[in-house]
Amino acid sequence: MEQLLLLLIFLPLVGAVVTTFSGNAAKHVALCSSIVSLVLTLTLVGSFSPDASTQFVVNYPWIQDLGISFHAGIDGISVITVLLTNVLIPLIILAGYRHEYKSGNALFALILFMQSGLLIVFTALDAFLFYIGWEAALIPIYFICAIWGGKDRIKVNMKFFVYTIAGSLFMLLGIIYLYLQNPANNFDIQAFYNLSLDSTQQSWVFWAFFIAFAIKMPIFPFHTWQPSTYTEAPAVGTMLLSGIMLKMGIYGVIRWLLPIAPAGLQEWGHTAIILSVIGIVYASVIAFTQKDAKRLVAYSSIAHVGLISAGIFALNTQGLQGAMIQMLSHGINVVGLFFVLDIISSRLKTNRIAELGGIAKQAPLLAITSLIIVLGTVALPGTNGFIGEFLLLMGVYQYNIWLAVFAGLTIIFGAVYMFRMYQSIMLGKTNDLTIGFTDIVGSEKIVLYIICALIVALGVYPKPLLQLSEASVQHLIEQVTQKLTSVN
Amino acid sequence: MNIIITITVTALVVLYAGLFKAKKALLPITLLGLLTALGFVAASWNTDQVYYGMMQMDNFALAFSGITILGTLFIFLLTQDYFAKDSENIAEYFTLILFSLAGIVIMVSYKNMSMLFIGLEIMSVCLYILAGIRKGDFGSNEASLKYFLMGAFSTGFLLFGITLIYGATGSFDLDIINQYLIGNYQQLSPLFYPGLILMMIGLSFKIGAVPFHFWVPDVYEGSPTLIMSYMSTVVKTAGFAAFLRLFSDAFAPLHDFWLPPLMVIVCLTLLIGNVTALFQKNFKRMLAYSSVSHAGYLLFSLIALTANSANNVLVYAAAYTFASIIAFGVLIMVKRTTGSDHFDSFNGLARKNPFIAFVLTVAMLSLAGIPLTAGFIGKYLMFLNVMQEYQVLLVAFAILNALVGFYYYFKVIVAMYFKEGKEIELETPPQYKVVLVLSAVITLFLGIYPAVILNLI
Repeated sequence: MEQLLLLLIFLPLVGAVVTTFSGNAAKHVALCSSIVSLVLTLTLVGSFSPDASTQFVVNYPWIQDLGISFHAGIDGISVITVLLTNVLIPLIILAGYRHEYKSGNALFALILFMQSGLLIVFTALDAFLFYIGWEAALIPIYFICAIWGGKDRIKVNMKFFVYTIAGSLFMLLGIIYLYLQNPANNFDIQAFYNLSLDSTQQSWVFWAFFIAFAIKMPIFPFHTWQPSTYTEAPAVGTMLLSGIMLKMGIYGVIRWLLPIAPAGLQEWGHTAIILSVIGIVYASVIAFTQKDAKRLVAYSSIAHVGLISAGIFALNTQGLQGAMIQMLSHGINVVGLFFVLDIISSRLKTNRIAELGGIAKQAPLLAITSLIIVLGTVALPGTNGFIGEFLLLMGVYQYNIWLAVFAGLTIIFGAVYMFRMYQSIMLGKTNDLTIGFTDIVGSEKIVLYIICALIVALGVYPKPLLQLSEASVQHLIEQVTQKLTSVN
Repeated sequence: MNIIITITVTALVVLYAGLFKAKKALLPITLLGLLTALGFVAASWNTDQVYYGMMQMDNFALAFSGITILGTLFIFLLTQDYFAKDSENIAEYFTLILFSLAGIVIMVSYKNMSMLFIGLEIMSVCLYILAGIRKGDFGSNEASLKYFLMGAFSTGFLLFGITLIYGATGSFDLDIINQYLIGNYQQLSPLFYPGLILMMIGLSFKIGAVPFHFWVPDVYEGSPTLIMSYMSTVVKTAGFAAFLRLFSDAFAPLHDFWLPPLMVIVCLTLLIGNVTALFQKNFKRMLAYSSVSHAGYLLFSLIALTANSANNVLVYAAAYTFASIIAFGVLIMVKRTTGSDHFDSFNGLARKNPFIAFVLTVAMLSLAGIPLTAGFIGKYLMFLNVMQEYQVLLVAFAILNALVGFYYYFKVIVAMYFKEGKEIELETPPQYKVVLVLSAVITLFLGIYPAVILNLI
């Protein structure tokens, strides 16, 4: 039982190696591996006691001379992200079932490799390990997007890669700085929390970490890599990027940035919230004008993430709880949306809104499932999006009413452009292109049904999830407040 | 000492074997000799022998001897048929490389500046010939001549510097110079400063640091690829070991004086090496400029002299050496098949040669400094080293340069995996496979579990 976490982290790695050498059966092997991971995760969540403690801790010395250890564990915050990762990966692999990829075994192996990296990021309690996981998740997705992506993939992904790694190198600089400040000479997260840095030092640390996380999420004005990367990536790549990878940035803020540099947050948190809100409005406005559905969803994702980060930087229980649940909901919804668009584009070879129309008549099942996903995305009460966005807005409202007003625009804007997109793709007149559209079958059905079930289930009864993270979030806020009073 | 003797005797035996036309025996003899030398390295570990005040076989010397010998061994494994088309007398090449290796062992273990000079010259003279070993080739001749002129020039600087320092201190011995600096810190002889600067310039020439680097790309490009791989890995490592030994053992008390010029050299080296590498269309030339930029990172170890400086250089040099050997090995194979070393000749390589593409990717990731490869640990240690003196701006500058590095190292990955090209299958001789696999394993192993090498020195 104690080694459950270790198993969870390394199983995908083993799966990746087996997948590489399993030829035509690669996708089945990958799916099996990810389902085993999911089962393990569910047992883990089942035996997780919802208090503020860190559980399932593993701690082995790794590179002792440099004070690096393989130290990982799960608390109420990471349990959500681990759950998100291991629920979405099987769905994403299943979503890739329909395509005949060139050297597909490499693709599925890379997805599993990335899963390992993501799980390290979400469970690491050692800053160096966190950094390793951070990069180990980046390399596979770069290859996935650049090998199996669209026409412009090479240039676009180079931009994505250099952008992200620029951020992470500055984070590394911040980590080294904290390490040198640490009298115990290690990268232990608790030691980093206990450092007493003055507010100037914390401001520098804040920026070193913030830029890395802001690029990953992305927050305005660090978002310029995102739309074209999402558009050019293969469907599985887009789902990985938007569903899981951007949560690395959000998780990083909660786990590392807030507790280590609260004084930096006090100094610059306002800037961060304003940037987030600008991002919300800006991305929503741009989403309006998009002619390509995939790009539209990409921009809408920037808006949603902006709201999440605004909620976090507001630093209150509602905001943080909202962020936790919205991370999960956004992951599920955005994967659903991109999957629907992938189904359409693989049948009709286009995602241009103007060329589509009337698909609902040909494919009623697709129309219904995608309606549910759209409803979840626009945060209709009763869907999973509602509770998260509601809490987030409440959090921002407590921070500043005007910011909340602007942030609230996401919901209105989002509803407008999402419904408009839905309308012109699914409803209206069937044209020459869409007349032969066939409804969803096989693996498509399974994926969409599961996603819809999750959307409804979480929307109707989100309580267990909220309970999972509640104690940890409370603890985090106390910790930050305490540290702030000691600095001032 | 037995290391040097072993290498020299091997060189002579190889020469005689060549005389009797025993071509098949050359490589086994050489490998046997080098393995014996490696055995001696292991056996003399922790003995710290000093030979007549001239050479000191401390762990520093042994570790660097070990890594240079191992690197040479790998390069010898890549020689298969490489020189056969150029000449009948392959034994000469083997002997010359071995002699230069003997010079290198002296260079990393000197305790007396006269030995530094002798070691450097033994190494360099062999290299001048090796660079021009393709007698019929214009580029090779040009490389040899340029290298010789530049080498002679820089040796002049070095020698002049040694003389001035001798004039100031009355000794060639590193310890005595160090004592002199500590004892007369307030009133140093005015001869000492120019002496130090001249030595710095001389050694910067040898390691190819900017602004003394302009010979590097031409010489590297003109020389046969195998010789270039030897020059840019083994020889470079040795140059750094010599540099570090001099400045950390003898000149350390004057750190404040030589830090500013060193800083200028480091920043220029990083900037020019990386930015020029970015614009290369030719893989070989790109590697030449990237080797310049790596010199910049290696010099980080001198900016903050700590107890770990030497070990950091060792780790970085090991990472760089093995990654470069992979790159050169693949380059030789690609050039043999396609006749070009342009980036385009790597297009679509991964389709038919997944194994080669994979090891070359590992090498490029390591050179770029991506985690889980040895190159990352090397860079990390260098950054950590200078961060200890809070040179945040320097590290930030280095980070920006590392970003530039990603662009050009990824060029070849992009070509191999993402571009369409002629689908050719490279013929991979078994020895190449051995070298590539071993180097890739070392690169990954040091990246994942560097603890084995971190406390060596």
